[in-house]
Amino acid sequence: MELTLGPLAYHWTPERRADFYARIADEAPVSTVYLGEVICSKRAPFFEREIPRMIERLTRAGKRVVLSSLAEVMLKRERQATDGLMEIEEHEVEINNAAGLLARGGRAHRVGPFLNAYNEATIDWMAGQGATHVCLPAEMPRDAVAVAAQAAAAIGVGVEVQVFGRAPLAVSARCYHARAHGRTKDNCKFICEDDPDGMPLSTGDGQPILRVNGIQTQSESYIELLQELSGMGALGVTHARLMPQDVDMVAVAHVFDEVLDRRIDPDEGRARLSAICTGTSFSNGFWHGEAGYRHISRRADAA
Amino acid sequence: MNAPADFSQAGELVCPAGTPAALRTAVDAGADTVYCGFQDATNARNFPGLNFTLPELEASVAYAHARGAKVLLALNTYPPAGKFDLWRAAAANAARLQVDACIVADMGVARHIATEHPGLRLHLSVQAAASSPEAIRYYCQHFGVKRVVLPRILTIPEIRAIKQEIPCEIETFIFGNHGLMVEGRCSLTSWLTGESTNMDGVCSPAGKVTYEEDADGGLRSCLGGFTIDRFAPDETAGYPTICKGRYAAPHRPEGYYAFEEPVSLNLARLLPDLMGAGVHAFKIEGRQRSKSYVRKVVGAFRAAVDVVRAGATPDLADLVALTEGQKETQGAFQTKKWR
Repeated sequence: MELTLGPLAYHWTPERRADFYARIADEAPVSTVYLGEVICSKRAPFFEREIPRMIERLTRAGKRVVLSSLAEVMLKRERQATDGLMEIEEHEVEINNAAGLLARGGRAHRVGPFLNAYNEATIDWMAGQGATHVCLPAEMPRDAVAVAAQAAAAIGVGVEVQVFGRAPLAVSARCYHARAHGRTKDNCKFICEDDPDGMPLSTGDGQPILRVNGIQTQSESYIELLQELSGMGALGVTHARLMPQDVDMVAVAHVFDEVLDRRIDPDEGRARLSAICTGTSFSNGFWHGEAGYRHISRRADAA
Repeated sequence: MNAPADFSQAGELVCPAGTPAALRTAVDAGADTVYCGFQDATNARNFPGLNFTLPELEASVAYAHARGAKVLLALNTYPPAGKFDLWRAAAANAARLQVDACIVADMGVARHIATEHPGLRLHLSVQAAASSPEAIRYYCQHFGVKRVVLPRILTIPEIRAIKQEIPCEIETFIFGNHGLMVEGRCSLTSWLTGESTNMDGVCSPAGKVTYEEDADGGLRSCLGGFTIDRFAPDETAGYPTICKGRYAAPHRPEGYYAFEEPVSLNLARLLPDLMGAGVHAFKIEGRQRSKSYVRKVVGAFRAAVDVVRAGATPDLADLVALTEGQKETQGAFQTKKWR
């Protein structure tokens, strides 16, 4: 099983993005890096011009680069951005909206987590249309992942599961970052840039619960599937996805790499991860078919 | 299978049927079409006490067809791997019982029906989140989808523009509750309760709802143990739907409706504009609502749609009154400032 770095969900400054991917290129033990704006089409102009440089930097360092498409495609600029991306042949693309599937036709592509590949029939259909690799929805429980991964393996399709980072819980046409500041999506003034790890929401009794990232809603806690990692490969999962958060992602990648290689055990990995992600709790409920926010400790039948 | 049903008349009124009694009520009140589901995870209103057994659906289809009404079956959830047989069986039953179309979201389900039951008409559920001409055309091209239920995020000019670029009919929601998230892309309920909207067909399930009284006499509405909203002693407590709760942000410690206020969609005033934009069918939400609600709402919209069909301006007072006393919204349809 290989580690990947999923597409950055937040609106980081162009400088910060460039620094981040340079360091990933040099130091992170991930085989594949997904690049591109998945959440908000308004953000893309800020860093689009830098993407070729990032690609070059990452590929020179031996990383495979995959370009990810928008999850929501409605406006003209979103339709054009999607169509443009689907014309690219020199890099792989990961498609997150059916509009991209139409433009890509039967040419090879990856399927992103927003395309709802929940079952063997859908994966089989997508493979017949050119899909080579599928990132499953974060909420899929282990039992369903196992069946999906077996079916995918039988037809040569790679299967990816998110093992680290905030869970993507919802997208909307409305920007909740803008709303929180009395603005609308059209006059947002890119307020989301102030929250590089999302804007926290707490319940009426002070319990942290969700994070707002523009039109996206995420979990407060990070998904963390360290103890499940070793069993995933046996199920047929081929890739484990780390989602970029506002923490030392190189250190995060090393923890997962060492657990995957059995150089450290999951408990030690978790202790190190806790030290890296100070102040954030971990969840693995989705994997175990429970409420997603829960953290279930089941070493005997882990994964 | 009998001759395909006639869906050709624009201004079709598509009404909710949570139970056989509600179905008969909707048909009697003038529904052109009713939509319903089986008592399992194959539909997105998988609530206790709702939906149809096979014999109930058979009798209901006969009742509707005898009165010139059409029946749509919602098969609009996403089967998790390993459980696809439940959706396969539901599709076979839909074909056998001669429902007039299935409403689908999952590509595997759509492909299965297009291949195995080619005579069965397909509508694309709002749960598929197809919000561009390209996405809609994908489903038309590959699965022969005849109608798309549009996500509730588009303005009327945007709907008009989409209509020019797609080969199928458009259905839009015009009345009822609506969530704020893109349908079919929301795992909020799953995160807090372990029951999934996409895989199990539930949203903020009643079995996970509690109401806790505070020392000051106020009430907290909770889901899965999380406080979704707090109500002062003189406020009416609402249902804890996650996207309609009040939360605090660092710069808004007092709490606010982070996503949307608890409002109800009412597009009565926009009916003529929607028809002018090329909307073929109008959908009323509410399979979980009572017979009397269905009778009142369907009757009022029936009268209004008939007037619009005749090219006249309907008296909207009755329709507007349906949400009187509640907060209502025209959502994204009126202005993109909603976004």
